[in-house]
Amino acid sequence: MTTGRLARWRLVLGALVSHWMRRPLQLAMLLAGLMLATALWSGVQAVNAEARASYATAADRLGTGALPRLEPAGGQALTTADFVALRRAGWQVSPVVEGRLRNGTARVSLLGIEPVTRLGLTPAANDGGDASAGPGPQADLGAFITPPGQGYATAATARALDGADLRGLAIVIDADAPPNTLIVDVGIAQGLLGMGENLTALVAATAQPPGAPPLDRIAPHLTLSDPQAGSAADPAALTDSFHLNLTAFALLSFIVGLFITQSAVGLAFEQRGGVLRTLRALGVPRAEVLALMAAELAVAALVAGAAGIVLGWAMAAALMPGVAATLSGLYGADVAGSLQLRPGWVLSGLGMALAGTALAGARGLIQTARMPLLAAGMAAPWAQATARGLRLQVIAAGVLVLALPLCLAVGGLVGGFAALACGLLAAALVLPAVLDAVLRLAATRARGVLTGWFVADTRQQLGGLSLALMALMLALAANIGVGTMVGSFRSTFTGWLDQRLSAELYVTARTEDEGRAIRDWLATRADAILPIWNAEASLAGQPGRIYGVADDPTYRDNWPLLAAAPGLWDSLAEGRAVLVNEQLSRRAGLDIGDRIDLPGGALPIAGVYSDYGNPSPQVMMGLDDFGHRFPDAPRLYQAVRVAPDRAGALAAGLADRFDLPASAIVDQSQAKRVSLQIFERTFAVTAALNVLTLAVAGIALLTGLLTLASIRLPQLAPVWAAGIPRRRLARLDLLRTLLLAVATGAFAVPVGLGLAWMLLAVVNVEAFGWRLPMDVSVPLLARLGAASVLTALAAGALPALRLARITPGQLLRVFADER
Amino acid sequence: MNARRAGLVAALLLAALPGAAQERGFAGLGGDNAGYALPDRARGLTFPRDHGAHEDFRIEWWYLTANLRGEDGRDYGVQWTLFRSALAPEGPLQGWAAPQAWMAHAAATSPDGHHFAERFGRGGIGQAGVTAAPFAAWIDDWQMAAPEGAAGIDRLRVTARGGDFGYDLSATAHGPLVAHGQNGFSVKSASGQASHYYSQPFYDIEGTLALPGGEVKVAGQAWLDREWSSQPLDRSQRGWDWIALHLDDGRKLMAAQVRGDAPFLFGSLIAPDGTVQPLRQGDLMLDAGRGSPPTRWRVRVPGAGIDVTIDAVNPDSGMATSVPYWEGPVTVEGSSRGRGYLEMTGYPAR
Repeated sequence: MTTGRLARWRLVLGALVSHWMRRPLQLAMLLAGLMLATALWSGVQAVNAEARASYATAADRLGTGALPRLEPAGGQALTTADFVALRRAGWQVSPVVEGRLRNGTARVSLLGIEPVTRLGLTPAANDGGDASAGPGPQADLGAFITPPGQGYATAATARALDGADLRGLAIVIDADAPPNTLIVDVGIAQGLLGMGENLTALVAATAQPPGAPPLDRIAPHLTLSDPQAGSAADPAALTDSFHLNLTAFALLSFIVGLFITQSAVGLAFEQRGGVLRTLRALGVPRAEVLALMAAELAVAALVAGAAGIVLGWAMAAALMPGVAATLSGLYGADVAGSLQLRPGWVLSGLGMALAGTALAGARGLIQTARMPLLAAGMAAPWAQATARGLRLQVIAAGVLVLALPLCLAVGGLVGGFAALACGLLAAALVLPAVLDAVLRLAATRARGVLTGWFVADTRQQLGGLSLALMALMLALAANIGVGTMVGSFRSTFTGWLDQRLSAELYVTARTEDEGRAIRDWLATRADAILPIWNAEASLAGQPGRIYGVADDPTYRDNWPLLAAAPGLWDSLAEGRAVLVNEQLSRRAGLDIGDRIDLPGGALPIAGVYSDYGNPSPQVMMGLDDFGHRFPDAPRLYQAVRVAPDRAGALAAGLADRFDLPASAIVDQSQAKRVSLQIFERTFAVTAALNVLTLAVAGIALLTGLLTLASIRLPQLAPVWAAGIPRRRLARLDLLRTLLLAVATGAFAVPVGLGLAWMLLAVVNVEAFGWRLPMDVSVPLLARLGAASVLTALAAGALPALRLARITPGQLLRVFADER
Repeated sequence: MNARRAGLVAALLLAALPGAAQERGFAGLGGDNAGYALPDRARGLTFPRDHGAHEDFRIEWWYLTANLRGEDGRDYGVQWTLFRSALAPEGPLQGWAAPQAWMAHAAATSPDGHHFAERFGRGGIGQAGVTAAPFAAWIDDWQMAAPEGAAGIDRLRVTARGGDFGYDLSATAHGPLVAHGQNGFSVKSASGQASHYYSQPFYDIEGTLALPGGEVKVAGQAWLDREWSSQPLDRSQRGWDWIALHLDDGRKLMAAQVRGDAPFLFGSLIAPDGTVQPLRQGDLMLDAGRGSPPTRWRVRVPGAGIDVTIDAVNPDSGMATSVPYWEGPVTVEGSSRGRGYLEMTGYPAR
């Protein structure tokens, strides 16, 4: 019995598999669709997982970047004794000395650190396992701290210091040392700079142990500065956003890939109807046929999934350097540019392939299960969209659209993604009906027999192509959506950088006197000096910061406003209104026109600006008004406008004249160049994904067209017989494909923009609490339009070529067969 | 960016630090001792001088362990340890150039919890150090010091605080100082490596523990170990097991073995009046129970009729500090009853 069943299984399987033997292209499409879908999904996942793991490691090892700093208030000194007093009170701090070394014309920043307490500030100090890993044998704490001491610097910095009097200091070449900086022990730095017992600052652990007395009781002359409040922002929120966007993109790509699979599987089930009926008629139980077909699909899914993982791996490896560079630029942490195999990633890829296949094959399996045993085999009803089918799709789309606000009401990230999926699927489902309606309209306007036939024939083919067109539409929409999002992301981020860094130079003085001297010195050398003064204040019940800014085109032209009242900059300059950051606006529910309580009296809000990475509320007001309200705020910080090509020289002169440490002067052109490079790389990653999704859609279209080509010969033969040459028919075919692609592209534009809006205004807000302003790029739309035409051309070329070369005999046989 | 790189340079240097990160041994203690003072059999001990730091020796520690009973009836243990590590055999005693690095560990252990913290400091500037008279040992806000007017180390106030615990204890000695080995010259290996080693095992101690569940008043016994050397271990020795017991009959027992190719055992049996009987290889037997590190031991001194089993109050008393080890209170059962402390170093991390 068992051997009998086994033999039967072998026969049934042979019959099922023979289908693929006869149609290898269809098998290739099935596998390619699944493979590409898996590859896109898992490739992006790999990139994400790797980047996250890398900078989590980096963050663990070194702390998350800038540590809080304690600095002396204007004019006062910070000494070694202050450091010891704070430590003896339980404060976890470590001293820093900053200064500049001169050697002829060369200037090198000197950074004095205290390695023993420095490491105790970060969790890495408690990581016993790592304590012995990694150090070179040359690292010698005794030599580092004992005069003449050791200094760490790059080879270039060491060359710049060649011949300088460093009191016998030995320089250790460290390729990873910061540029133009010599790192020495704090005591050595005090000696080299002639600072006596003075220190520049103390860095503090982010979390101090409980029970340490407050700062003003131990060292009232020191102020604790928030590392986020200065020009450096916390980019973690931005990198998270970047990852989320990539994931959304991967999911969309996967859906596109599934359309191919669905079409290939659907076709295969239809075409095998005869074989299945025969098998059933021969007595093979229905359950057995279904089980074997499911097994066949599972094998295909595993094979294609595995191949997809390999391909995704290759893709991720190719993209990784760009992503690594992007993230290291954004985050400042080193992300390894190479991949590691993570089991979770492989499993998720295979799981997605299996789930996707199940989804794509479900319809086919259900149809097979319901198939009437004795009904005559139809040629290919799968390819013929019935009016009823279209109606059903529209109804389904309607249900999805109704579900959309429900998803939004659920809220959260899941709700956002669900809404996204609903919207996209609804748009895809409704596409064939929309195209059908357009064609119906065209049919009433068509003049001439050939045009009439062309329109009618196109309408008839819509059914066969609808899945492929839906895939193309989704691919285009995804590209428009993600492209718009990345573009918005870029313009927002650079705009936000402009907010912080719109002037050429930013100079921080150490004392008010020095600040005045710097402004005097700059008065004849810079185009404009824009003081930026700030004070701490309670804003809507939370500690925040108020900035006084000068009235200048620097702000008028660059400030990234999310909302603005008319005449906002004038009312700001005249002290009649203020700007608030998005965080304050959202948290306190304040909008334009609302009044906000401020020290010295409430003012109306004239605008809201984006302020990424800053967790605290912030207010901007006119400089004069600020001066009246905060007469005691220190006047230390200023922006300097100067011709960009003179900025470098002016910065050097300024540092020289006032002996300012490197951290006191920020040159914006450098900062901006770096951040723009980051986005060029992000774009490169996005472009690569664009090409891949369009390729997937192209394959879907090609599958559809090839399938149609084989079954619609009976419809073409009469037209040919009526006197239309094959070449003309082929050209018409290609034209049809193009027109359909263009129509699909046009349909994809609003869908894509809607997708972008959802990503920026719903998903991003749910995930991060802030909204990215949408920035629609016409060049992007044009580029994608061209891409869709090219995709259609590439997909339509082969079927058209085949049609042009078809032998008259093949066409004649149609008539012979009819008899 | 600079801040992060500075952190990396610090990590690099500290990881290679022969002392501060690796003081308690196992890696650094068998190392190079060129230029440092060496333990001397004829040196003897001089007080109060020897309560203070011996900067010309490479390594040194002040090590207090306490077995406590809370007013809630539960057993507790407390550890307060300060390690000194010289980075160079000589150098100034004051200022940033002083070649001394300090590290400290504090822990509080209950049957169901083990809390610990670690501190690092530089010598020469006052952040950490030890003075002999009046006695004070400190790092940051942790300290173990004689209260004003008290001589020597007969009375101590011991405080420390970590992220989730803290303690403030006062100890009073009811017996003399105890010199181990020969006049405090304690041999640690067959090839003659040695240290200077004395203890004060006769403290009564009381005070308050602050634990995540709230404050507990505690009282019990404490043991202070003082040891300094420049190379106490032979290169082949990988770690040690150290046991200090307060027996209910008033005797104290220090039993230790340094594990190498063959274990090297040594110890001291201390009578209630402070008379010391040094224990050598053959006088003393230590048998580890299961586990790594083993938290149950059989300790035998046949000549003194001692055959006891010690058991950890909390087997989960690992110190996941920059150099990990195991340190926690134990109970004593068998020929004598009592309590004590167990320290195990150089076991592979669990």
